[in-house]
This record gives sequence, structure tokens and C-alpha cells, in this order.
Amino acid sequence: MNLRAVGAIYKFEMARTWRTILQSIVSPVVSTSLYFVVFGAAIGSRISEVQGVSYGTFIVPGLVMLSVLTQSIANASFGIYFPKFIGTIYEILSAPISHVEIVLGYVGAAATKSIILGLIILATAGLFVPLHIQHPVWMLSFLVLTAVTFSLFGFIIGIWADGFEKLQMIPMLVVTPLTFLGGSFYSVNMLPPTWHSIALLNPVVYLISGFRWSFYEIADVRVEISVAMTLAFLVICMTVIWWIFKTGYRLKR
Amino acid sequence: MAPVISVSGLSKTYPSGFTSLNNINLTIERGEIFALLGPNGAGKTTLISIICGIANASTGKVAVGGHDINNDYRAARSLIGLVPQELHTDSFESVWATVSFSRGLFGKPKNPALIEKILKDLSLWDKKDAKIITLSGGMKRRVMIAKALSHEPQVLFLDEPTAGVDVELRKGMWDVVRELKAAGVTIILTTHYIEEAEEMADRVGVINKGEIVLVEDKARLMQKLGRKRLSLHLQHKIEAIPEALAPYHLTLSDDGWRLAYDYDTRGERTGITSLLGDLRTAGIRFVDLETKQSSLEDIFVSLVSQ
Repeated sequence: MNLRAVGAIYKFEMARTWRTILQSIVSPVVSTSLYFVVFGAAIGSRISEVQGVSYGTFIVPGLVMLSVLTQSIANASFGIYFPKFIGTIYEILSAPISHVEIVLGYVGAAATKSIILGLIILATAGLFVPLHIQHPVWMLSFLVLTAVTFSLFGFIIGIWADGFEKLQMIPMLVVTPLTFLGGSFYSVNMLPPTWHSIALLNPVVYLISGFRWSFYEIADVRVEISVAMTLAFLVICMTVIWWIFKTGYRLKR
Repeated sequence: MAPVISVSGLSKTYPSGFTSLNNINLTIERGEIFALLGPNGAGKTTLISIICGIANASTGKVAVGGHDINNDYRAARSLIGLVPQELHTDSFESVWATVSFSRGLFGKPKNPALIEKILKDLSLWDKKDAKIITLSGGMKRRVMIAKALSHEPQVLFLDEPTAGVDVELRKGMWDVVRELKAAGVTIILTTHYIEEAEEMADRVGVINKGEIVLVEDKARLMQKLGRKRLSLHLQHKIEAIPEALAPYHLTLSDDGWRLAYDYDTRGERTGITSLLGDLRTAGIRFVDLETKQSSLEDIFVSLVSQ
């Protein structure tokens, strides 16, 4: 394995994060803090407990997951789209690097950024509400698994996109609505039966439910199902990426 | 010695049906400078892109250093340095960072001394910490060359390396290319500047409409295809070429003051002696004469226009 190449791509991508620290880290942290102010303190104080947890505390896993999902996709999609856009992708394609190594470099960096961001948001949440994590190892596992899976998904979007509009389309029109409707701010068990059934078609429900379970041992679906659904999405993304490199789809002429 | 690059039966057809390359067979010898000439859209960049791994071939095989570019792509690509035609650079990176990044991509350990030497050779050392966005076009072109050289390639592809570069810098780049050749690097050069190929190449390949029209040693090519032109500056203006001189197929300039005679340098008899005798008989005197060898450009134009 060409580990130096993986390291070169990884360091290059991480360097971009530090160059754009305001956009990469500070902006999502400010947005999340505002969520806590609005939903946690202002509105949340008038809402009774959800499944035995105060509303402000209840929404913490959902908010972390919201940021991790959107940032994983944004980081990974931009990471691979930008070299395509400015043409520097030639260097990646002509280097002695395997497809796995390319993915490791780009997706590894995107996932690292998202995990760092998720942990910063978690720490920020601790300033607003009392936090207690029942299963820290599971919490970290869900965080890493989700960051990696959605970074892979972002990588696919970055290769598929042939313009900045398409780059934004899936995250804005699909992922963000699914995340909001996936139980970030409520338990899907609070929905009427029909909507509850529809909500279970939303894959984000399983991610947030599993992640919330690791905090408070409360979940909308069984944790095993959450893990299985996340792994299934991971496998789907890896299969699509394998196909992309095999065919050269939107990478090679 | 086995060729460093071997291309056999290579074709590239796009889904639209357009055939960019058609059954290309080509070998590049180790240590030579090979100039690939062709008009716009002839397939030069597509051929280079396939060899370097940027584009997929429809059919055919390519080996670099004996390594198949698909089955043994790591070994094949690690031998190649590529300077693409377009100035693709990361605008916000420093020169040092981007060149070091390229070396890392090829799996080579850090070597600051080598990077320093490359940057100094390309007159970029004082710009090593500058962001690429602040550099001029010529400097960016040199950064691209530095990136390609950072992993010490044995084969260097220069796709239009001096496009948009001023004369002084172009000659500086030629010096760099000659030094690389002296160090044993094989160089494949595509260019629109025929002068560049004429100046530097050992062999010339001409590609047109996706097909290799000719591959030849440059000196032999110029000798084989080259024609010479004898120009005679007349003492008195003439209105027409006398009938007696018709066998020479002379050309009279529009102003009537110059006669031109094209002859083949390969021929045992060039016909010059008899022409001069017949001119005297016809009463045509001249005050000066000059001969000019056909340039590679003339040969190129003649080949691609066929």
C-alpha cells in the first residue's frame, strides 16, 4: 500500500480545513449554539421531558448527528469535486495510487474533520445542558461509523456532480430534510402511527436513534437495527465507489 | 535495448462514436527526446492521457518500462512525470507544499534537498513560500514541471510545455530539458512550436486525425523529406518565364524580380548547373542567390495537409 500517498492526500485535505477554519469549524459550532439557544433554552424550557430526559438534553445527539452528517458530505464532496473542477485531479489519477488509497485519503480526512467537529459540538452542548453519556465507546463508534459512511456518500456526490449546483443539491434537498425529519428534535415514537411508519423509511432515523441510545439508553428503534442499517448504507456506498473507479465514471475520459 | 514505452493497437472511441485514436503503434526509446507533433484535436493529449492513466483506452496495450499500464499500474506510473497542457494548480498552496505533495503522491520519502535543487534549477527558489495564485503564468508552468520532476521520473511527458511562455523563458526550459536528457530521462514532448521540436527532438512523430502519420529520426526526416529552394535575385525584371526554362518548374515572384527553383537534396543531380547555364542562354542575369532548407514546419504542414 502506498501509505505516503494516502498521507499526502490526507494532510493536504486537513491543511485546507485549517486554512478555512472559520468555514470548517467555527461556523457549524455557532449554528449549533444557536439551536441550543432557540430550541434548548427559549422553546425547550416550555417543553416537558421527552422519554424522561429534558428537551434540551434530548436534542444533543440529534444536533451532533445533524452536523456530522452534513459536514461529512460537504467535506468529502468538496474534497474530490474541487480537484475535478480546477483540473488537479490529473495528478491523483496519474500517480501510482490504488482506488482504495485515494478513498482512504479523501474520506479519511473528511471523516476526521466531521468527528472533530462532532466532538467540539458535544463540548459546546455541555456548556448549555448537563450531559451524561451512558455508553461512550458506542457513542464514539456511532460517531466514527456515521462520519465515515456519510463521507463516502459525499465522495460519491463529489464525483457525480458536474457543477456547484449539483454539489449542493443532494445535501440541501435530500440530506438536510431527512435529518430534520429523522428525529433530531423529537422522538419518531411521538408521531401518529401512519407518519411513524413513513418515518421508519428514513435511514437517518436509525443513525440518530442509535446515537441517542449511546447517550441516554433511549431509542426509537432497537440499537442492533441502527447498527445494521448504518453498516448496510456503508456497504452500499463502498459498492458504488468501487463501481465508479472500475468504470472511471466522471473521473477518467 | 527494450523501448521505455511501447504502444500497440491503441484506439480510443468515445460513447458519442468519435474516434480520437485509431490503432496507434509507437515505441519510445530510452533516453531520447521524442517530439509528437500534430494539429489541434489530432489526439496528442488523448494519447498521453491514456499512457499516464488519466483516460481509458478502448482497445490496445501500453507498457511503460515493460510494465502494463493497467495490470501493473503502480510500477508503470511511478516511472512517469506529467506536465499537462493546462495550468492546473492549487491556487492557495505554496510552491514548496505543492511540489512536496506531488512527491508524496508517488510514495517517495521527503527529500528537501532534492526539492530545493529542482526549485533552484527552475528559478523558483525565491518563490518557494509564495502562494501559487500570486505567480505569473510562466512561473506556474515551471511549478508544474517541478511537480512532475519531484518524484524523479524516468519518463517525462511535456504537453505543450512552452505554450504562452516568453522567448527567454522558453529557451531556459529547453536548457532544463537538455539537462534532463543528459541525466538519462526520456522526454516526450508535444508542441505547436515546430521550432521547439526542430531544436530539441531526436525523433519526431506526426499524429493526424488520431493516426500516426510518420515516426522518423529528425535529422533523417529532414534529409529525406527536406527540399531546398534556390532563390535568384534578377538583374532585370522579367514579365514571364521563358518557354525554354519550363522543365525546371520555376516560380516567378509577383514583382518579377525573383525566380525560385525547388530541388531535391537526395537527387544525384540537382539540376542547378544546367539551370544556371540555361538562364545565361535565355539572357537572364542575376545579382544574388540564396538557398534555403525546408524546415520541419514545412514538412509538418505538408504531411498533415495530405
